[in-house]
Amino acid sequence: MTGLSLAVGLLGLSGLAAVFLNGSPRLATGVAALGAVAACAAGLWPAVSVLTGGPPLAMKWVSAGAFGDFELGVDPLSAFFLVPLLGLGGVTAAYGREYLLAYQGRKWLGPPALFFNLLVASMVVVLTARTAVLFLIAWEVMSLSAYLLVSFDDELPEVRRAGWVFLICAHLGLACLTALFLLLDQHAHGLSFSAFLSAPPMGAGLSAGLFALAVVGFGVKAGFVPVHVWLPEAHAAAPSHVSALMSGVLIKLGLYGLLRTLTFLPRADWWGPTLIVVGLSGALFGITLALYQRDLKRVLAYSSIENVGLVTVGLGIAFWGASRNLPAVAALGALGALLHLWNHVLMKGLLFLAAGSGVHGAGTRDLERLGGLVKRMPHTAAALLVGSVAIAGLPPLNGFVSEWLLYRGLIGGGSAFGGAGGVLSLLSVGVVSGVGGLTALCFMRASGVALLGQARSDAAAQAHESSAWMTGPMWLLAALAGAAALFPGRLAAALAGTIGQLFGATVRASATAELSGLTRLGEVGFWLWVALGAAWVALAWLVRAPAPEVGTWDCGYAAPTSRMQYTARSFSQLFEDLLPSALRARAVLRAPRSYFPPAGSYATQCDDPLTRGLYLPFIASWADRFARLRWLQQGHLHMYLLYILVVVVLALAWVGWTGGVPP
Amino acid sequence: MSPHLLVHWALVLAMPPLLLGLATKTKAAFAGRVGPPLFQPYYDIVKLLRKGSVFSRTTSWVFRAGPVVGLVTAVAATGLVPLGGHPAPLSFEGDLVLFAYLFALGRFFTVAAALDTGSAFEGMGAAREAAFSALAEPALFLALVSLARASGSQSLTSMLGCGLANVWAHAGAALLLVAVSLFIVLLAENSRIPVDDPTTHLELTMIHEVMVLDHGGPALGFIEYGAAVKLFALGAIVVRVAVPFGTNAWAAWGIFAAAMLGLATAIGVVESVMARLRLVQVPLLLVTACLLSGFGIVLVAR
Repeated sequence: MTGLSLAVGLLGLSGLAAVFLNGSPRLATGVAALGAVAACAAGLWPAVSVLTGGPPLAMKWVSAGAFGDFELGVDPLSAFFLVPLLGLGGVTAAYGREYLLAYQGRKWLGPPALFFNLLVASMVVVLTARTAVLFLIAWEVMSLSAYLLVSFDDELPEVRRAGWVFLICAHLGLACLTALFLLLDQHAHGLSFSAFLSAPPMGAGLSAGLFALAVVGFGVKAGFVPVHVWLPEAHAAAPSHVSALMSGVLIKLGLYGLLRTLTFLPRADWWGPTLIVVGLSGALFGITLALYQRDLKRVLAYSSIENVGLVTVGLGIAFWGASRNLPAVAALGALGALLHLWNHVLMKGLLFLAAGSGVHGAGTRDLERLGGLVKRMPHTAAALLVGSVAIAGLPPLNGFVSEWLLYRGLIGGGSAFGGAGGVLSLLSVGVVSGVGGLTALCFMRASGVALLGQARSDAAAQAHESSAWMTGPMWLLAALAGAAALFPGRLAAALAGTIGQLFGATVRASATAELSGLTRLGEVGFWLWVALGAAWVALAWLVRAPAPEVGTWDCGYAAPTSRMQYTARSFSQLFEDLLPSALRARAVLRAPRSYFPPAGSYATQCDDPLTRGLYLPFIASWADRFARLRWLQQGHLHMYLLYILVVVVLALAWVGWTGGVPP
Repeated sequence: MSPHLLVHWALVLAMPPLLLGLATKTKAAFAGRVGPPLFQPYYDIVKLLRKGSVFSRTTSWVFRAGPVVGLVTAVAATGLVPLGGHPAPLSFEGDLVLFAYLFALGRFFTVAAALDTGSAFEGMGAAREAAFSALAEPALFLALVSLARASGSQSLTSMLGCGLANVWAHAGAALLLVAVSLFIVLLAENSRIPVDDPTTHLELTMIHEVMVLDHGGPALGFIEYGAAVKLFALGAIVVRVAVPFGTNAWAAWGIFAAAMLGLATAIGVVESVMARLRLVQVPLLLVTACLLSGFGIVLVAR
């Protein structure tokens, strides 16, 4: 626990130091980043030790009055999330300094450095808190610091809007969580997690209600559909290192909260299928929307919704298998979910850092204005390609390993569950493979249009490669993604404690039995690399004669320009046309009319269909109703005093009528 | 190395271009022509490998990765397929997922290489290939999954091994649906009529061929050979489901080879008697394949 306390202290102090050193931006960001890297290194050690079978850590803090003691601890479930948090936190802090320095002279850099460190520190506390009050306080600090970081570019109206949407969603989620913990407190007569665990058995109704509250409340953070609407806005608006950390870890804390809550509840049969349906709909919705976004970072954000969905499917298989007493199936689902979560931290961290570097170099996030970066920014382009292959779940990179486990879990469940459950599980394979095919399509489009061909704008043609402080972290994550695919057995061995804590000892034993298969898959991946290398050398030998360089043939047209290239929009159009019209991007056409037409215009808007079709009309209709209450707001002090008097009298009357305040 | 493995790799490496030659020959016979020699694809590939290369100055290393990854993934996928019921060189629980994803990897880099040229035509082909294969993927998966459910195993070697004849006995209807679905996937994934016409002369209507317009010489040789091997790999699965006979004896190799030649002839017949579908109708065909496999699953798992 010392290491983690040290980490939180270091993060806070170095962040404050950055604010005081605000006058010299290089020093301020340097101190904050150095503090964050050191803190993450210090905290990583205890987390890894707990994960690899060390004893769980615990600590009791000062008594906090009415809320009881503040307890902290690290068990395998916390450690499972702490490791990627501290790992990615350190990497993004190093990258983020260089990223922020581009704003030197235009913006204060001390405060964002503080908010970043505060975000990492609050996430550490969320993961180690063992009482509901401390958990909620840290959760709120996490949301607020993330909000302050998202609004970094606050001179842009869409960034301010993204920040507001994030803040509102975060607090609606918090309302559900407060209700959840109050209900748990009422049942267990205590606010500490140990009290929740040792509470008397719970009724099925209460348990189902708490499950629903947890899925909605934590789902807002995790990006479950339909409560995901803040996610694409905030990820696109935030600075890229913050997007990487949010997509990599912050949304995963939603899953942490859900899993932590589920350990307090008696396991029910229907959790598994429910989570599978929630996960599948999120995965399908996320990737469908990711397909046609113009903004590179929105593509990545929607893909995060998809990946959280896949993790949820894996958790669903695991809970279903565990409740049906099929440890082999549960183990595959659990391994797949947890491994995919870690893999997604690597892949999405890599992708956001690479996208950030591309945005930094080319000055735009718009796919239609990028292109040709592979020549101008070779490191960034390679990193983005590695990330794209990995996130499409293709061998020989890490995304494949976890998707392989998910498929095996679903197919195994289809054979073992029998009946309607079996058919659901087998048909889910079809949905997951469809999602896989669409992910490949989506990332072929994103990476192909952004990186390959000719530059689509002057800015992209003048793009410059980022410094080693930005490419270094990308290469580190890319190397880890490759290594995670070569040694999946060793990686999965570290999950045993978490699986045991969540699903019981028999599932844990089955998971351990699966490790040899994973090691085998790593070897297959290794030989695939060897074969690819050999074929590459063979082709290089065959074309060794100096090859003349000419223009692209383009069916005989001699002077192709970048405007003739296939655009991102046309690349996805074939599939978009198959979608129901509510899900498509909206076209806004101002057609030229009359004999002397003024200028016409055509634009597409890729805003979220749920925001557009569901939430905005809903909010607008309520706003109208509330507008009718405006006469209450008179603007005269004596009227407000009268309101206070009326409320106090009513409250006293109610207390008198019900017989006093409960002790 | 056991003699059976030698036969496996000999067939994988030597037979694929013959299938293309036979399909072309069948089409020629239907049209009343003599057609190119049966071994023409071999000559073409050898000739291409000995030629020089030309590269567009727009392209990068990604352009050269396309042919390499396409060929390696196709050959690697054949290593997972039990030819004629003989165990595959590599088999493990869950290898069916690897089989499907290897093709996806090859496609990813073929498409990336096409986009790397910056050509409008190649971008068009790439978009079509990517969209259609995204629809073909669930069909392939559902077909393989219903085979897995019927045989109680997740490795291609056991799914398509000697027990397949028994599966036909108790789940014949499901296997029939699966075989049809796999055949559609085979036609779509290998850019044959009715999805794509490999011999058309108009780039605007092409899918696969238009993606490789800028490749030449050895790189094009890699692509042509890789495409033939891919046809062989998917064809071997279709053939095994349709002709589940044979023990682990030498006769099984003969049955398998004859059935593969029959499949190539069947592809030639389909190409001769059908026109290419309009592009907007291709998704319907692929969704039909998904539904057929899905019904197969329901029949097997009910």
